[in-house]
Amino acid sequence: MTRTLSTAVRVLRQLRHDPRTVALILGVPALLMTLFRFVYEHQHAAFERSGPALMVLFPLVTMFLVSSVALLRERTTGTLERLMTTPISRFALLGGYGLAFTLLALAQAAVVSSLSLAALGLSLMGSTALVVTLAAAVALLGLGLGLLASAFARSEFQVVQFFPAAILPQLLLCGLLVPRARMGALLSAISDALPMSYAIDGVRHLAVERGASGGALGDLAIVLAYAVGAIMLGALTLGRRSE
Amino acid sequence: MSAARAPAISVRDLRVRRGGREVLHGLTFELGTGLVAGLIGPSGGGKTTLMRALVGVQRSARGELRVLGMAPGSSELRRRLGYGTQSQACYADLTVRENLRYFGALVGARREQAEELLEQVDLRDAAGQLARSLSGGQRSRLSLATALLGEPELLVLDEPTVGLDPLLRERLWRMFRGIVERGATLLVSSHVMEEAARCQEVLLLRDGSLLAHATPSELMRATGAGDLDAAFLALVAERA
Repeated sequence: MTRTLSTAVRVLRQLRHDPRTVALILGVPALLMTLFRFVYEHQHAAFERSGPALMVLFPLVTMFLVSSVALLRERTTGTLERLMTTPISRFALLGGYGLAFTLLALAQAAVVSSLSLAALGLSLMGSTALVVTLAAAVALLGLGLGLLASAFARSEFQVVQFFPAAILPQLLLCGLLVPRARMGALLSAISDALPMSYAIDGVRHLAVERGASGGALGDLAIVLAYAVGAIMLGALTLGRRSE
Repeated sequence: MSAARAPAISVRDLRVRRGGREVLHGLTFELGTGLVAGLIGPSGGGKTTLMRALVGVQRSARGELRVLGMAPGSSELRRRLGYGTQSQACYADLTVRENLRYFGALVGARREQAEELLEQVDLRDAAGQLARSLSGGQRSRLSLATALLGEPELLVLDEPTVGLDPLLRERLWRMFRGIVERGATLLVSSHVMEEAARCQEVLLLRDGSLLAHATPSELMRATGAGDLDAAFLALVAERA
């Protein structure tokens, strides 16, 4: 447990030495949400419909990119191998990353949601805390997918190319652009298999239903299960021995 | 004196394949505890591969390996072993002190030890500097310091003195002898023959085979050579 905490502190310290990345992580979603609000200047209903979905999309994009590059660096600079000769287990290592990135995602979600609700006129019927929790679960999903991407890339050029491959299909099929109910049988089946579909369903529940609706909690559980699954699968790629 | 105790390292018929070809061809040797052993030989001869096999991160290492009586990579062994990599693995975006604190926390080192090591490897003035901004020599000292955290029983150090000035190299060797005096065992690699003279035992590794395992004076006596460089050449000629 102390090794997990030490790792989380270490990851956060690395971020502290990179204030530009932190500013981008916290600031860009807020800026995009504002832009979104003004693009839909005369269609407030559309903003109300898509705004909450964006709140859970941002952490996926951010954490996928940050974690895929961070873990690729661990693999390529020799620090991972160095860690493998110390008593830390790969689960403690990933736990540390998970903890650090969850905190970062919570900060990001706090900025975006307070701006959206207080200044941009977005309204949520449901619990804001649950939206933020959902965003944190999506951040863990981003970590898991980023970890997997880092296993199949040898350079930072390659790893960012996994973004369109792993993330964009989910954006197309999650119900943000076209409601999932209107998709054909095949697309609908694929959509049902992708975790982000549940994140968007969940946030939609929270937009229109009071408090902590059962539907949203179910979706949150599914997203968390996918996140844990992706991280566990990724852990298998952190082998002690290499060529 | 220490010969009666169990060996620190025991290797039998170690073979490693990398990229489809065999790079270590059946090494067999034993190292006692409480000594500095030098793993000496030219670059590309398999020194790093052997060290990686001993610390348990080398894939497809076949043969019998016991390190402190345990299988390489086992969790108990990882608590008792320190590994200083040649690639100077540290976090470029952390300061020197933060790197030491993190690796120290992983092995459960005393908190003051990071500060003591900063002094010993002469990095006190660079403690607040990001590792990325260090020179090559400073980075290798940081890598060495991280391996010393937690006072391990066995230290496996890959080229720890490469690129250092003679004064600092002298100081590190004094430190190594101090570590041995408190009962630990060191395996230190180098491609510089003259470093072999500072070790109690020398393993000469070339093209993935052991040319010799002896004390420096035995090496010179056996080959009739005047210095270790000449002894090495004589051994290579003998094999050819």
